[in-house]
Amino acid sequence: MAYPTDRQYTKEHEWIQVNGNTATVGITDYAQQSLGDIVFVETPKVGAELTAGKTFGTVESVKAVSDLFAPASGTVTEVNGDLATSPEKVNSDAHGSWMLKMTLKNPGDLDGLLSAADYEKFVAEEAGH
Amino acid sequence: MSSVEAPTIRKTALNAVHRQMGAKMVEFSGWDMPVEYPAAIGCGIINEHMAVRTGVGIFDVSHMGDIRLAGPQALAAVQHISMNDASKLAIGQAQYSALLYPAGTFVDDVIVHRLGEDEYLLVINAGTREKDFNWVRDNTRDFDCAVENLSDDYTQIAIQGPKAVNLLQKLTDADLSAVKFYWVTRGLILLAKKSMRRFLQNTLIARTGYTAEDGFEIYVPSDEPTSTWVWNRILEVGKELGVIPCGLGARNTLRLEGKLPLYGHEISDTINVWEAGLDRFCKMDKPEFVGRAALEKAKAAGVKRTLVGLEMTERGIARDGYKVLDPGGREIGYVTSGSPAPFLKKNIALAYVPVEFGAVGTALKVEIRGQGAGAVVVPTPFYKRPKKA
Repeated sequence: MAYPTDRQYTKEHEWIQVNGNTATVGITDYAQQSLGDIVFVETPKVGAELTAGKTFGTVESVKAVSDLFAPASGTVTEVNGDLATSPEKVNSDAHGSWMLKMTLKNPGDLDGLLSAADYEKFVAEEAGH
Repeated sequence: MSSVEAPTIRKTALNAVHRQMGAKMVEFSGWDMPVEYPAAIGCGIINEHMAVRTGVGIFDVSHMGDIRLAGPQALAAVQHISMNDASKLAIGQAQYSALLYPAGTFVDDVIVHRLGEDEYLLVINAGTREKDFNWVRDNTRDFDCAVENLSDDYTQIAIQGPKAVNLLQKLTDADLSAVKFYWVTRGLILLAKKSMRRFLQNTLIARTGYTAEDGFEIYVPSDEPTSTWVWNRILEVGKELGVIPCGLGARNTLRLEGKLPLYGHEISDTINVWEAGLDRFCKMDKPEFVGRAALEKAKAAGVKRTLVGLEMTERGIARDGYKVLDPGGREIGYVTSGSPAPFLKKNIALAYVPVEFGAVGTALKVEIRGQGAGAVVVPTPFYKRPKKA
């Protein structure tokens, strides 16, 4: 899997794509693969305040429940309502199936996140343990 | 005979095959088992589940244990340690039953197969193998009957689904149409085309399973080459029937739709037969068996909690261990198993609740991440396979 280089990644397997002071967030292909068939995505409401590193929602597969962690702090401006009815889209296209958009509180939050190359290395180690 | 329990995780003879196929492996009851196979080969829990409901899927269930009882008093021994009535079994017939503690709670649930005049095979759960064997041995000392642990002798492969009979018939000379559900037979398993004259002789074939679907479980020698050969051969001849390998994930959702109990969830050493609703497999007209006296008392005293089927009426998935609440939000019970049901396309659960909340149609709640989500008590099993015309 080639991870898109137009965004950054967390060690909890979220991606964040920044455009000015707004950002789009989703989970990575590695995350969807580890979870298996995704049947449920729960995201916060528009207007919710996210704190970097804290949980902001849940993804469930048939077998597993997994928390979503905010890659950065900010305010939710839009959620992908499509995923409430078609959560399996995350399996078929994780990097295209965004979960929410937010305005960033502190763009410096992103400094510690991984590049595509670093994330790829990170998951290779995690998968190969 | 005694065995020292190895601290390391155990592997079935098919472990390398599962890994080669790219299965996601998990630890289950001390075993390294496939939970699901990759989407790239048409698998994943939902596809595997659907294959068994509509076609055929195969499972490595070699982690299950096997105990053989044989000798002049084998029947008397089986009658003493199990709650169903094994005297009703013809040779070649099997029954669902359970081993009970004196308190009427569960050591384990088992399938009792009568293999010969004085020969019985108990198929038991992976997580309770050692406990079960010790318990059976200790409780049959007074009977003229040998007790053997055959758990490591067999690779057990389950072939499940409406097309299981078509698949397996390609591989055996046994007439499977003559084998009814919960009966066993023996036959050749062809390992290659007939002309090559390569086969396993006298293989035990049982029309049993844990999927609430038609199907078979075959018991082949547990050496790695034979096990691998049989597994691959089944996949090869089953290709035209759409067979796929299935893992423990689908095994769990399939058995949940069929309300088949899982040890440590619906049944355990703190849950009795009446609570679990397994009355019809417990023959109180048998004069004696371990647990009987306590069960008689428990029945007279009245059953306080009961296992119910729940269907979520609001968004959310009930999971094992979640709290069940009454409509006012008071905690009244807990979920023993909960999951999305891939065939029924609903979120379902089994739960213990006080009997007064057990009636079909009762509105309850399941606490999911701190919030009560609506659920309703529904008839069980959630899924019943269609009767053959």
